[in-house]
Amino acid sequence: MFKRFVEWMDARIPMTKTWNIHLAQYPAPKNFNMWYVFGFLATIVLINQILTGIWLTMNYVPSAEGAFASVEYIMRDVEYGWLLRYMHSTGASAFFVVVYLHMFRGMMYGSYQKPRELIWLFGMFIFLVLMAEAFMGYLLPWGQMSYWGAQVIISLFGAIPVIGDDLTLWIRGDYVISGATLNRFFALHVIALPLVLVILVFLHIVALHEVGSNNPDGVDTKKPKGSVPDEEKPKFKFHERFTNKKDIVDSIPFYPYYILKDMFGFGIFLFFFCYVIFFNPEMGGFFLEPPNFEPANPLKTPEYIAPVWYFTPFYAILRAVPDKLFGVILMFAAIAFLALLPWLDRGRVRSIRYRSLLHKLNLTVFAISFVVLGYLGTQPATPVATVFAQIFTFLYFAFFGLLWFYSKREKTKPVPERVTSK
Amino acid sequence: MKKLLIALITLIPSLVFAAGPEVPLDKAEVDLHDKASLQRGAQLYMNYCLGCHQLEYHRYNRTFEDLGIPQELGEKHLQFTGNKAGDLITNNMNSDSAANWFGTAVPDLTNVARVRGADWIYTYLRSFYKDESRPFGVNNAVFPNVGMPHVLEELQGLPEKTYEERMIDGEMKDVYVGIKTDGNGRLSESEYDQAMLDLTAFLVYTGEPMLLEQRRMGWFVFGFLLVFTILAWLLKKEFWKDLK
Amino acid sequence: MSNAPVDKGRRRFLTVATSVVGGAGAVAVAVPFIRSWNPSAKAKNAGAPVEVNIRKAEPGQLVRVKWRGKPVWVVRRTPDMLEGLSKVEDRLRDPNSEEPQQPEYAQNQHRSIKEEFFVAVGICTHLGCSPSYLEKGMGDHVDGVESGFFCPCHGSKFDIAGRVFESVPAPLNLVVPPHYFIDENTILVGEDKGQA
Repeated sequence: MFKRFVEWMDARIPMTKTWNIHLAQYPAPKNFNMWYVFGFLATIVLINQILTGIWLTMNYVPSAEGAFASVEYIMRDVEYGWLLRYMHSTGASAFFVVVYLHMFRGMMYGSYQKPRELIWLFGMFIFLVLMAEAFMGYLLPWGQMSYWGAQVIISLFGAIPVIGDDLTLWIRGDYVISGATLNRFFALHVIALPLVLVILVFLHIVALHEVGSNNPDGVDTKKPKGSVPDEEKPKFKFHERFTNKKDIVDSIPFYPYYILKDMFGFGIFLFFFCYVIFFNPEMGGFFLEPPNFEPANPLKTPEYIAPVWYFTPFYAILRAVPDKLFGVILMFAAIAFLALLPWLDRGRVRSIRYRSLLHKLNLTVFAISFVVLGYLGTQPATPVATVFAQIFTFLYFAFFGLLWFYSKREKTKPVPERVTSK
Repeated sequence: MKKLLIALITLIPSLVFAAGPEVPLDKAEVDLHDKASLQRGAQLYMNYCLGCHQLEYHRYNRTFEDLGIPQELGEKHLQFTGNKAGDLITNNMNSDSAANWFGTAVPDLTNVARVRGADWIYTYLRSFYKDESRPFGVNNAVFPNVGMPHVLEELQGLPEKTYEERMIDGEMKDVYVGIKTDGNGRLSESEYDQAMLDLTAFLVYTGEPMLLEQRRMGWFVFGFLLVFTILAWLLKKEFWKDLK
Repeated sequence: MSNAPVDKGRRRFLTVATSVVGGAGAVAVAVPFIRSWNPSAKAKNAGAPVEVNIRKAEPGQLVRVKWRGKPVWVVRRTPDMLEGLSKVEDRLRDPNSEEPQQPEYAQNQHRSIKEEFFVAVGICTHLGCSPSYLEKGMGDHVDGVESGFFCPCHGSKFDIAGRVFESVPAPLNLVVPPHYFIDENTILVGEDKGQA
């Protein structure tokens, strides 16, 4: 019965073929470590956001008059509305957690290097769209933080010379943030950006499956055709699309081996995710900020405002600069430099395992800078804090400059022929 | 680098407390399982607070149900505004005239515990003191120059600020140590503290009415995840034997 | 790569166990999504039982109230109207109210608790229009019947106890909602007596 159904489908759409190419006969390097779970988790979180998001729109009212009350309505009057909302709000933060770790994985193992530049670029676009998506979503509850956070971020565009003021006016559709802004953000948040996001994720994966995954050793597992003796080839059957052109070594089929490994990782992830949802949805004010439980009041700024944690590293960079325009430029440069990594890194060795001590230090300082900037961005901009923000902003950018310099003639360790899994 | 780290670590506390209030907050030991406390808090709220402060996102009958109050009793003793049991907890105060009386819009308090925290509410309610320079004759140590009268004066009496001389950095200074009531209230000091704790607990409840259910579900979810994750791990190990 | 024999039994057991547990989890996750479609507290409270004061209702008069967003009629029937009930029975689809369109206590000839007061949901059982109450003038639609309900949408006809006539589009009698008398002058629509 099932077999006949599959045959019927296969004659009309490449169902089994797609399953085989992308899962059952897709060769993945056998030495993935736990850092490789975050791509899978990001997909899961995306699905969570889309589903809970659709359900939230069923009761949310996108208007300045009704938005705040409708969120409270969801939290109180709708059966399990609180759970759907917490899944969505926690999912937003979880998305950034897994995406940041996913990006750091790419940086550690040189996954952005040739021939994976395009995967990295699609990823950076996903990151950008994700930030826009998160920012617009944060306006929707129409709380004090929603309102003033959006006010600050939209004002950034006012730093652009000549057109700045007209541009901010155009983005808001009013002289202040108002129902007009809310409605356009709602439209973008619930349909336009998610659509773009899904398309970009699709392209990200298509590009990945064209060249194949990198691995913690940064060693190619696709060798030139005919260069590997048969007894060294894995015992698994891979799709001819891969084996026709290359000899595959040290690889295993994605399904079932990595699906099962990801399932286990998914379980671990859910412990953290559900802890937040059920025991700490505000996450100490980092995931849901206390002033956002007060409705937006255009006449009164909360005593202290900070963006949600996932924006704070960039926010700290913005504040570190005493000049408005230059601050905005530097903030966007912080993201642009990341996107340029494939070309800034002129090294041939991918994995941090075989790169120089200098590179290890450089990347460590970069990671520390990112975390410290993130922390500083949550704190009031006292003079001392600003000095620290400037130091770490410098270190953040120094990473890219240094990398460009030393990577050309870097003293690397010998890279093994084959991956080094146990 | 090391020096920088040390500097940073010593800096952190000063950054964290930079925005903190001047008066240390007392810990509110709120117990949401204590239905009697919540019921007393609800009664205080309906009698003393609702005249000005609405709970406009929350419903009477949900409150009765969650606090274990039979609906008839609740309607009789806790509903004064002529609303139906299924209605939101609102009052009939015109917000424009309120802004005139108090110089500011009167905030809704449904979510006040989520905005300010339980400790803040608990301390605030116990920090009114006599101050003739203010329009209502009282001020508040936690929220200086608040535009609110001491509504609970008949319970607490009219307190005054008290100071203690203490040696600080080699100098004798007056340090604010709290308030002392004139004893004209109906409640003793400890009774008043308990009443304010009840009121705080009620506001914590209105902020997150689903809290107890949420926690209970959370433990079930953890139990499920434990089973699932162990099974997923065993299954993964079983299949990965192929690779050895 | 060794060729250690695969323990097929263990493998199958673990696969099934994980799938079952994972499947149960997926079902559990679906619950909040599905239950969020139930009427919310707001809808339920708006659909709470309604009190109808019938003290001022004149004989022959229809009092209309809204319950769960639908029109509910309370008709104070005259003795003439009640007398007419048995005359039309041979022309009705369901003269004895055998279909469960009413609570048990209204399954009688007059389809009500007290003969005088007929309580019904004013929605035609055909496609949901609200029929007109014809205190007099039903004779235009049914020979020899003075009062009843006539649906202008598709011409369905009901007698004064809401029973549907034969050869009209509506298949069933009008719905009698749960209700009871709080006292002489007040009916509570939406709740059976003794229900919390």
